[in-house]
Amino acid sequence: MDMKANKKKLGLKEKYAHMTRGLDWQTTYQPMDKVFPQATFEGIKIHDWEKWEDPFRLTMDAYWKYQAEKERKLYAVLDAFAQNNGHLGITDARYLNAVKLFLTGISPLEYVAHRGFAAAGRNFPGVGPRVACLMQSIDEIRHAQTQIHALSNYNKFYEGFHAGAAHQIERIWYLSVPKSFFDDAFSAGPFEWMIAIGFSFEYVLTNLLFVPFMSGAAYNGDMATVTFGFSAQSDEARHMTLGLECIKFMLEQDPDNLPIVQKWIDKWAWRGIRVLTLVGMMMDYMLPKRVMSWKEAWEIYFEQNGGALFNDLAKYGIKVPDCITQCTVDKEHISHQAWCTFYQYAHASAFHTWLPNAEEMDWLSAKYPNTFDKYYRPRYEQWREMADKGERFYNNTLPMLCQVCQIPMVFTEPDDPSKICYRESDYQGEKYHTCSDGCKHIFDDEPEKYIQAWLPVHQIYQGNCWPEGTDPTAEGFDPMAKVLEWYHIENGKDNLDYEGSGDQANFAAWRGAATQNT
Amino acid sequence: MAVKALSEYNFPAADTQDKFHGNQLLYVGWDDHLMFCAPFAYCIPPSTKFSELVEKHLPHSFGPHPEWAKVDVSKIVWLKSGQPFQPDMNKTLAEQGLEHKTALRMQTPGLNGNGTYF
Repeated sequence: MDMKANKKKLGLKEKYAHMTRGLDWQTTYQPMDKVFPQATFEGIKIHDWEKWEDPFRLTMDAYWKYQAEKERKLYAVLDAFAQNNGHLGITDARYLNAVKLFLTGISPLEYVAHRGFAAAGRNFPGVGPRVACLMQSIDEIRHAQTQIHALSNYNKFYEGFHAGAAHQIERIWYLSVPKSFFDDAFSAGPFEWMIAIGFSFEYVLTNLLFVPFMSGAAYNGDMATVTFGFSAQSDEARHMTLGLECIKFMLEQDPDNLPIVQKWIDKWAWRGIRVLTLVGMMMDYMLPKRVMSWKEAWEIYFEQNGGALFNDLAKYGIKVPDCITQCTVDKEHISHQAWCTFYQYAHASAFHTWLPNAEEMDWLSAKYPNTFDKYYRPRYEQWREMADKGERFYNNTLPMLCQVCQIPMVFTEPDDPSKICYRESDYQGEKYHTCSDGCKHIFDDEPEKYIQAWLPVHQIYQGNCWPEGTDPTAEGFDPMAKVLEWYHIENGKDNLDYEGSGDQANFAAWRGAATQNT
Repeated sequence: MAVKALSEYNFPAADTQDKFHGNQLLYVGWDDHLMFCAPFAYCIPPSTKFSELVEKHLPHSFGPHPEWAKVDVSKIVWLKSGQPFQPDMNKTLAEQGLEHKTALRMQTPGLNGNGTYF
């Protein structure tokens, strides 16, 4: 029997109301506060969820349609990339080490963001933010998937991609930095999550993460990465709008929310900036064809754009985070300090490192006139000399780590770049060390949380980082070899210098075959 | 401030000394020598004599530095948690209060990588 449709289709406005606000309901056999137990414990007061302004007028059916369209385009390009040996179009295989860092360090965060926004959506009693969080949650899992699919092409040809995005984030020492950042946010309440990830990460810092990686990809001929970048772009714009709406909503609902929100902004700006050290290093050292320096990116995307944002938020009483003074000093140092770290621990890293060559060092001198020649060039020259004598320097002892950001204690005093910055706290009779005033402040505010940190160096020493069944008392037991095995780093293939690597030799041979007759 | 949580928030610390199989952690950094990107973390018994630390463990880690050979161990200026500290070479870590997760800094006046802090 045919169905007879009497009513005409819903209008856009009507449909929008039904598909967003109309999805809400009031509980009957359980009180609302039991259904939404996480809505109040952080101290944020919301009086009227109806005041939430939907940051983007998007319904679920429209969302699916747009996303499906983007997927079709993305996969068409990825197919073409694979069929046409797109990997030979990159500037140099050295570039792929930046991609390895992205796949192992950033793509897993997209997945955690998916989980975090799903949880935030579940825990907000208001239907407006719930629908927005749901869409962002689906975006984030899509980003994780498209990144993994796009970059899997490289796994057919190059070392260091075989462990993918899932395995190493739980284990490798430098990946504990981004992992602990997201774990910290996810283990907070839904409002802190929104300030931590929705606002601080997705709004304030996102341009410092994605623009460098995507422009780096474009400059270096990496069409796979550029394509997923484009595919994620409109989503990112939505995420920024959500983060901003969320902070404004919290601040407009009750004046008591201001000090809580300000505390979270201070904390998460610093946490995020510490994670971005890895991006700074990528920009200054890992791109054969460089886009701009980390310092320039910081000045454009944080000091200028961020300055405008905080001016806008000043009417709510929000102040620029205190840590900015230190960041202004740090922008001249952190990328160099990070690369020096990876250079000397290259045997324990899932990508290759190298010393900057003469032309690259001149570029760094020009970009960092206040610091590079004074502090960092001598270090590289000394290492070059050692390497030329056959004594390439590998650090043979594990480093001390910061209890909060989990980065080795490589950062120097704000007023003295020749001295490592040590900060110490005592809690319940135990010492805890941090790399900076920013991290110490975060520790001292919630010590109960950070004493649980999974610090890779301490975990190795506790004997927790070997494959199952390892007998540390066996004859000839080599702890570091076992750690690499547990990391899924193939010693001699995935790690050490780029010079002399399989990637270097293969790329030269394949590109040679593509461009020459012999 | 304490963590705000839905229920009692009380979890054990991850790195208490009992988890290190009879050893303790000790951190040692060498001021003005940034060839080593960060201070070192050692996992050694509290019964380690300070002389053993200085003669065995430190040379293993710091030895690759061209200036290490010039260091006169008896003239090292030591800091413990940022305060001056006078070690006793013949005493163990435990006997001179170098407890789990103590951070020591070595200063070697006159040596700073010829002014480059290498």
